[in-house]
Amino acid sequence: MTPVLEVKNLSTHFMTRRGALKAVDDVSFTVGQREIVGLVGESGSGKSITGFSILGLVDPPGRVVNGQILFNGDDLLKMSPAAMRTIRGKRIAMIFQDPMMTLNPVLSVGTQMIETVQAHDRVSRAEARQRSRDALGLVGIPSPEERLDSYPHQFSGGMRQRVAIAIALLHRPDLIIADEPTTALDVTIQSQILFEIKRLAGEFGMALIWISHDLGVVAALADRIMVMYAGRIVEAGRVDGVLTEPRHPYTSGLLSAVPAAVPRGEPLRPIPGFAPSPLSRPSGCAFRDRCARATDICATEPMLEIAAGREFRCFHPHLWSAA
Amino acid sequence: MTVFVIRRFLQSIAVLIVTAVIVFIGIYAIGDPAEMLIAPDASPAERAQVVASLGLDKPLWEQFFTFAWNALHGDLGRSFVFNRPSIALIFERLPATLELTLTGLVFALVLGIPLGLLSGLKPNSATDEVIMTGSIFGFSLPSFWQGMMLIMIFSVWLGWLPSTGRGQMGEFLGIHSSLFTLDGLTHLILPAINLSLFKLSLVIRLTRTGVRETMPLDFVKFARAKGISERRIVFVHVFKNILIPLITVIGLELGSMLAFAVVTETIFAWPGIGKLLIDSIMRLDRPVVVAYLLVIVSLFIFINFVVDVLYSLVDPRVRLGGAQ
Amino acid sequence: MSARALFAEDMLLGRLVTGIGRSPKAVIAAVVCIILLFAAIVGPYLTPQNPYDLAVLDILDSKLPPGSQSMDGLNYWLGTDGQGRDMFSAMIYGLRTSLGVGVFSGIVALLVGTVLGLIAAYFGGRIDTLIMRVVDLMLGFPTILVALMLLALLGQGLWKVIFALILVQWATFARAVRSAALVEKNKDYVEAAVTLGIGTPRILLGHILPNCLPPLIVIGMLQVANAISAEATLSFLGIGLPITEPSLGLLIANGYQLLMSGEYWISVYPGVLLLVLVFSINIVGDRLREVLNPRLGER
Repeated sequence: MTPVLEVKNLSTHFMTRRGALKAVDDVSFTVGQREIVGLVGESGSGKSITGFSILGLVDPPGRVVNGQILFNGDDLLKMSPAAMRTIRGKRIAMIFQDPMMTLNPVLSVGTQMIETVQAHDRVSRAEARQRSRDALGLVGIPSPEERLDSYPHQFSGGMRQRVAIAIALLHRPDLIIADEPTTALDVTIQSQILFEIKRLAGEFGMALIWISHDLGVVAALADRIMVMYAGRIVEAGRVDGVLTEPRHPYTSGLLSAVPAAVPRGEPLRPIPGFAPSPLSRPSGCAFRDRCARATDICATEPMLEIAAGREFRCFHPHLWSAA
Repeated sequence: MTVFVIRRFLQSIAVLIVTAVIVFIGIYAIGDPAEMLIAPDASPAERAQVVASLGLDKPLWEQFFTFAWNALHGDLGRSFVFNRPSIALIFERLPATLELTLTGLVFALVLGIPLGLLSGLKPNSATDEVIMTGSIFGFSLPSFWQGMMLIMIFSVWLGWLPSTGRGQMGEFLGIHSSLFTLDGLTHLILPAINLSLFKLSLVIRLTRTGVRETMPLDFVKFARAKGISERRIVFVHVFKNILIPLITVIGLELGSMLAFAVVTETIFAWPGIGKLLIDSIMRLDRPVVVAYLLVIVSLFIFINFVVDVLYSLVDPRVRLGGAQ
Repeated sequence: MSARALFAEDMLLGRLVTGIGRSPKAVIAAVVCIILLFAAIVGPYLTPQNPYDLAVLDILDSKLPPGSQSMDGLNYWLGTDGQGRDMFSAMIYGLRTSLGVGVFSGIVALLVGTVLGLIAAYFGGRIDTLIMRVVDLMLGFPTILVALMLLALLGQGLWKVIFALILVQWATFARAVRSAALVEKNKDYVEAAVTLGIGTPRILLGHILPNCLPPLIVIGMLQVANAISAEATLSFLGIGLPITEPSLGLLIANGYQLLMSGEYWISVYPGVLLLVLVFSINIVGDRLREVLNPRLGER
């Protein structure tokens, strides 16, 4: 089966007065049909920019400088703006991080949904409204008919995120990119939304890229996980494998900093130091300054190693008995 | 909504009362009202009669109520020059001023909003730079001088447009206005441009700032992610958000344009209340000055009231209340 | 403090200078401002004649076009007015008056507004409410209207005009200072200073005021431009400065009637000077606003 999305050597740079800031640096990955992929990293690791690059929504001075983004075999980077517009919201939808900011405060929820339907399908307003109402019902918003006429400020944060999900679902896209959609919500609502999205993705056979800094969330949701650090994917593989037997020291560092992943009684071990500024990344492996296993060779670029369905970039990976 | 309108209305009344008190203090407490409001050439008998009718021999608080009572009945004294109630003079000339001001406002909006959008959508481009420098130039041009240059260029040199008066007026739906005849329109063009240029800069800047502040917001990006056309994003999503500050400021600026009409009317000999005011100041016709002041303040307060109601119509957060 | 430290990038002055330096337009405007200020200060040494010394005026020289020569060989580069006054000299004197009135009223309004704004922000409560109500009332009415009414009631005069200009300007400063000071007041270091027992005046002047400077500088520039423009307008309308204190506005008004009959220079040249003055100040002020406003700062 051909993958829904195939990203090859994607680089997105921000042109600043102090030089090019490599937000996304030579990133390659694929997303299979109906697959849920978790993209994990600290803030500033480039995970959100990767998502925006796929949709062609990187704001200036940012620019995709290299690579291919094959969506169902077509390169999105070669598409005209008009053609790209027919993909956005129709074939690939996105859910943003902060539901308080993603809906236009002065337009009713109905208007914002109906325009999405009519942007892609030539249907009457009545039919567009009907479809919007159905979508609201689908994501569990009570009395959707009346809610269509409400304005965003009349919804709670969780409800607004449900509206955003409903908008993403309007055209039953092949792929949804969810950029930390639960981060801004209360913990109890987080798990509801999480469950809801997983259910709907399964129900409609949509592939999902879930961007998050929270390993726990990704563990509960994803089939596969990709760990990003300083603009690069440093490790990728099936969720159970990566989380139980991480090969890259950064992944293991992340895991030993997660409360739920550490056995009770053992201390949490935060990763020492800070993520490097994107303007002054060390040469070679960007993690070497913070890495206990680093040696002189880490000053050169580590190649991508592929072993047993696992990819990682490290000269000194953790070795596990099974490997 | 109704509660909001009523509350806002009561506030307006309060401001009106405060202003009336200030005007009263200005005339009665600081100056000598007899000096101010009685013609210098009045005979002693006339003088005594006015003193009695204004209650100037009574205590100050009683004088205030007489003043307020008279004002409520539209009696703001008689013009020394025209020997007619000053309020009647004001209302006679008010339509000319309103016609000029509203036309000027329309000019400013029709030109300013597109230029502001153009500038804000391409910040730091050459177009933006030209528009913004132009707008600084616009508000640096003193209004009176700019009007003189308009007359010099379009009336004296080119001879295209008349430079004084209101021209022939037409009647439409019972309203007399220069807008309804060709001659009237040609008379209106220069004064309206003169009055609008100053506000044009403001409209451009407001629109531009609004665009620049709104474009980076998440909901714009989300709208793009939904596949909404760029045109709809600008003219519906962004524009409706800009409309809120725009309406507020434009409303307030309408008041300031009414005031600035004083300058325009003086230069173009436009027979409105502004020219009446300057003429009255020159002729020491103070009852007219006082009447002008009270009328224009009332207009201001009325405009502010209307603006707030409009504002609530555009912004659902104000209209429906309870923003979180 | 060494000069280098003063101009360092993170110091306010350094930010201002580098900010202006990055925009060629602002550099030109700043140079023009400095030249005009200089011309206004040394004015009497610069002009070929004292235009208000009636002894040197010759009525035969009246309304001469630009470039004409007087009987005694003086060259009237910008022509003469109805009284035979050299326009260039009259304009330099007018510039002195216009700039003087604008800068002086701007500075006094800035001081009054700053003090009231600081008091409102620091003490809060009823004092704050009272001051801000007055500010709102002042700002609710257009500058020109308040000044117009005031002068209509008071009559003409240099100090009356200055008083009117101060009255209409202070509220803008007060509001800006108050909002900047409120932000600063709620920061931890001010609380720490209070805990340390540092006196109120020292906290206000030493800690809070410096942080209100950026908006004050910007508003100050724009207000001076406004004041110059407003004074010119009032004088043009005949209710501003008396004929004995000829500002640029008065010069323009004097030439207004002659404009129609072709003696354009009497009105146009002072007008151009006024425009250049106000335009330059506004350009610099606008640039400073961009530099000091982090929200819309350049990338």
